[in-house]
Amino acid sequence: MTLLALRAVEVAYGDLPALTAVDLVIEAGEILSVVGANGAGKTTMLRAISGLLRPRAGEILLDGVRLDRLPSHAVVERGVVQVPEGRKIFPSLTVLENLELGSYVRAARAHRRESLERVLALFPILAERRGQAAGNMSGGQQQMLAIGRALMARPRLLMLDEPSLGLAPKIVQEIFRIIGEINRAGTTVLLVEQNTRQALALAGRGYVLENGRVVLSGAGRDLLDNEHVQRAYLGM
Amino acid sequence: MSAPGLEIRGLIKRFGGLVAVSRFDLTVAPGEIVGLIGPNGAGKTTVFHVVAGFYPPTEGAIAFEGTSLVGLKPHAICRLGLARTFQLVQPFAGLTTLENVMVGAFNRAPDVGAARRRAAEIVEFVGLGPRRDVPARHLTLPDRKRLEVARGLATEPRLLLLDEVMSGLNPTEIEAIIGLIRRIHARGVSLLVIEHVMRAILALSHRLVVLHHGEKIAEGPPATVARDPLVIEAYLGESGEAAAR
Repeated sequence: MTLLALRAVEVAYGDLPALTAVDLVIEAGEILSVVGANGAGKTTMLRAISGLLRPRAGEILLDGVRLDRLPSHAVVERGVVQVPEGRKIFPSLTVLENLELGSYVRAARAHRRESLERVLALFPILAERRGQAAGNMSGGQQQMLAIGRALMARPRLLMLDEPSLGLAPKIVQEIFRIIGEINRAGTTVLLVEQNTRQALALAGRGYVLENGRVVLSGAGRDLLDNEHVQRAYLGM
Repeated sequence: MSAPGLEIRGLIKRFGGLVAVSRFDLTVAPGEIVGLIGPNGAGKTTVFHVVAGFYPPTEGAIAFEGTSLVGLKPHAICRLGLARTFQLVQPFAGLTTLENVMVGAFNRAPDVGAARRRAAEIVEFVGLGPRRDVPARHLTLPDRKRLEVARGLATEPRLLLLDEVMSGLNPTEIEAIIGLIRRIHARGVSLLVIEHVMRAILALSHRLVVLHHGEKIAEGPPATVARDPLVIEAYLGESGEAAAR
């Protein structure tokens, strides 16, 4: 069943087109990876879904209902939540305060206690550090906090923008393992990554964006074997 | 005997009660490429900050080509032939690619004309020729990473410290940066490289040094270090070790 669909979406920054005629479907329950070069439009796509950018044309549908005219807080209310690139946690607030802010929207507030339990079980390090200023944690811990904060909003669709950025190999494996776990517990995941190999290995399906257009899509495994993907994105 | 390159002996850096770097020794010989790896928060960037004169060491000796760097300001260290790049690239957004590189070239160039000629050569060398008159804010991330390297290179260093110049790039973009680093080395520049991209650091480095909680836990040829159980436990993880092979 389709959870989210983009239909002929166009986004531009002034005269500069960033997304052109993008069609994309996210099935409920899957992990979908979007890969592509820097500047291909991946983050723009996430920002358009989140309501942080307005498409110039086309539509974005959640359960068949238009999402693209809603303000971003209303998008979060409907269960579509983005973890921004570079984490963007509140450094001077404690870990717990950061998590509580994630459950600010009305729909999530009522379930705050049980969401918190779930997040702390998923990321034991956040339980250990709950009273600490978030800015004093390592990069990997901050990424876990950013994901935990998003989970506090009880997303149906969790969108992750380069969660592996700047992290040590062991932490990247840990983050990818947890993304798989979140998905198996029932959350649909849209993953944007430069770490093409691991992203496509984790995902059921993937899309390749080039210059704001979808040029390829298919099973993650097939994309890993695709000659163009290997040459352009895997350095083979 | 060849002239010594960079020599760090017994370096300690404390921030209040936190020991960021503890009794750390490191050398980079002329012509060498040394990789510095370790978990996030291990102290790698702190080593760069201290070597380049952004923080004073709490204890220890740092010398470049026999001259002590302790107490010298960053610009004086750069003048001695030791330049660094930054993890978060922050070019002058309103200046063009060429103008940004000229800022580095003024380290040695006697006048604007010389700085411009030097910068133009470097801009071509790093592959930014077609983007030379574009304001830096319009460059893509891979191009901004190249610009960061170009600004360091324009100071005419004999040792260049690179801090995660591959982060945020996809594997194909990383291959291109590896090629650039090899060409920089071929010009006679030694390199000390911080990087999490294992394929790249293994391909480039003559020697690998691993930091964990501010201490060196391993040092040696890349292939040996990548199989070290301590390094796998602290940094690579099991599948990272597999990927490194």
